[in-house]
Amino acid sequence: MSERVPVTQAALARPPRGQRRRRGLLRTYLTPKQAIPRRVVFGLGIGSFVVILAVWSLASAVIQSDLFAPSPTKVARVWVDMILHRNFLSDVGWSAFRIIGGFVIAAVMAVPLGLLMGSFEVVRSFFQPPINFVRYMPASAFIPLLILLIGLDENEKLMVIWIGVFFQLVLMVMDIAHRVPDEMLNVAYTLGASRWKVFYKVFLPATFPEVVDALRITMGWAWTYLIVAEIVSAERGIGAFILVSERYLRSDAIIAAIITIGVLGLITDSVIAMVHRRAFPYVEKVHA
Amino acid sequence: MSEIRFIDVAMTFPTRHGEVRALEKISLTVPDGQFACIVGPSGCGKSTLLNVAAGLVTPTEGEVLADGKPADSPGSDRGMVFQSYSLYPWLSVQRNIEFGLEIKGTPKPERRRQSSELIRLMKLEGFADAYPKALSGGMKQRVAIARALANDPEVLLMDEPFGALDALTRQIMQEMLTEIWQRYRKTVLFVTHDIDEAIFLGDVIYVMTNRPGRIRTTLQVDLPRPRTFDMVGGLRFAELRNQVVDVIHEESLKAVESELTRA
Repeated sequence: MSERVPVTQAALARPPRGQRRRRGLLRTYLTPKQAIPRRVVFGLGIGSFVVILAVWSLASAVIQSDLFAPSPTKVARVWVDMILHRNFLSDVGWSAFRIIGGFVIAAVMAVPLGLLMGSFEVVRSFFQPPINFVRYMPASAFIPLLILLIGLDENEKLMVIWIGVFFQLVLMVMDIAHRVPDEMLNVAYTLGASRWKVFYKVFLPATFPEVVDALRITMGWAWTYLIVAEIVSAERGIGAFILVSERYLRSDAIIAAIITIGVLGLITDSVIAMVHRRAFPYVEKVHA
Repeated sequence: MSEIRFIDVAMTFPTRHGEVRALEKISLTVPDGQFACIVGPSGCGKSTLLNVAAGLVTPTEGEVLADGKPADSPGSDRGMVFQSYSLYPWLSVQRNIEFGLEIKGTPKPERRRQSSELIRLMKLEGFADAYPKALSGGMKQRVAIARALANDPEVLLMDEPFGALDALTRQIMQEMLTEIWQRYRKTVLFVTHDIDEAIFLGDVIYVMTNRPGRIRTTLQVDLPRPRTFDMVGGLRFAELRNQVVDVIHEESLKAVESELTRA
């Protein structure tokens, strides 16, 4: 505290003339939880990618091996080649179809059940113990069993995604429903609402924004399970493409495929985030 | 005619350490158009009493009669205002206020007319289409009060409605509430732990004891109406405050002592 007094006095004694008061680089950038200029935020975000590319290029220049360190430009060229000549987009299409199918089935089942579990103790007491139990079993561990029981067709992939998403999502939605403040419902009762009206006019809208957030998070997990399932057994799909590339020692193609998944994830995420902002303009904070 | 009558209302909660007696045989009557305040130390069960009147909680013994009819379930004749505002964040200010009317099936033009009047009365002009997130605490509570009033309840139950506001905003809200009450003359049961607030607003003050909650003293507030804020500095106000403070202080001491012996 004692240090601050002279600083203030100095600033008062000599008012800045048309020029912003300097606060010192350390104070501007290294004060905990202090906002920094937007230009700098943007610049740093771009900068991190530049650094990654630079380190990568440097490493591949030093190592000089297409297998162990293909250069960024090599990977970019391979990626274009994959799309033009190796029908990579159809693999992307297959993966996207499985993701959307498995995810939609899981969400359509998990969201209503989670809402019911969060609002009725009867439902929660019955469903929560087994779901909690299954949640700790990795979805990938079910793959051999599913192949035995269902076979190698699409149903097996959808089922892996379903197992990976459903059990997590149910519990997340249950928590969201459970957190709806009692007073919000009680006010509606004292305004003359019936239980049914409280349910669909207060309880449901109160959960919507967070449910969409939960969908956004679990969507990311779905990708992981899908790729595992495709690597284990699939003719087409990004995972299958990766496995084939491995057989031909094409690490450049594998890297290009992984980056593609990252880009697809980023696009899906931005779309859901945008829908969230449009649909729920009243939410106080949108998670970054 | 819209009185609210508590008849031997008692409340016992089961806990892990046995049963806890929260309310002990409370009987009181708030006659039509009266502004009654309940003050007491925290944890004395004054909010429970209000929830019983709203029909949100069923008492272990006794009953509450609203206008002679048992108030055993919530109804639009008893509007409630909570400390936490509890506005619906997805509805605009106007639609929050109209919520009860919408449920009743009031046609839209009529809803608009009533909510617009309340928006003017509560000095919320210009915020009709705003979402609650854009409002200050005082404004949020004004919306919550307007929402309760729009339903035209017989009785208004208020659970420390200004407890979360800063001192200056609270004063302004108290003045607004007396004006509104002067206009609508609703029967009000107002719970608070702020003694000045209770004296400034109330016709009568019930001082509750530490757990198990009982009515320890009943005080008639003989300050003239309409109440204005200069009364707070007056002699009569100070006398009333001293009376309540003495009782409350005694009760708070008991509360601390009983906590110490329990520890």
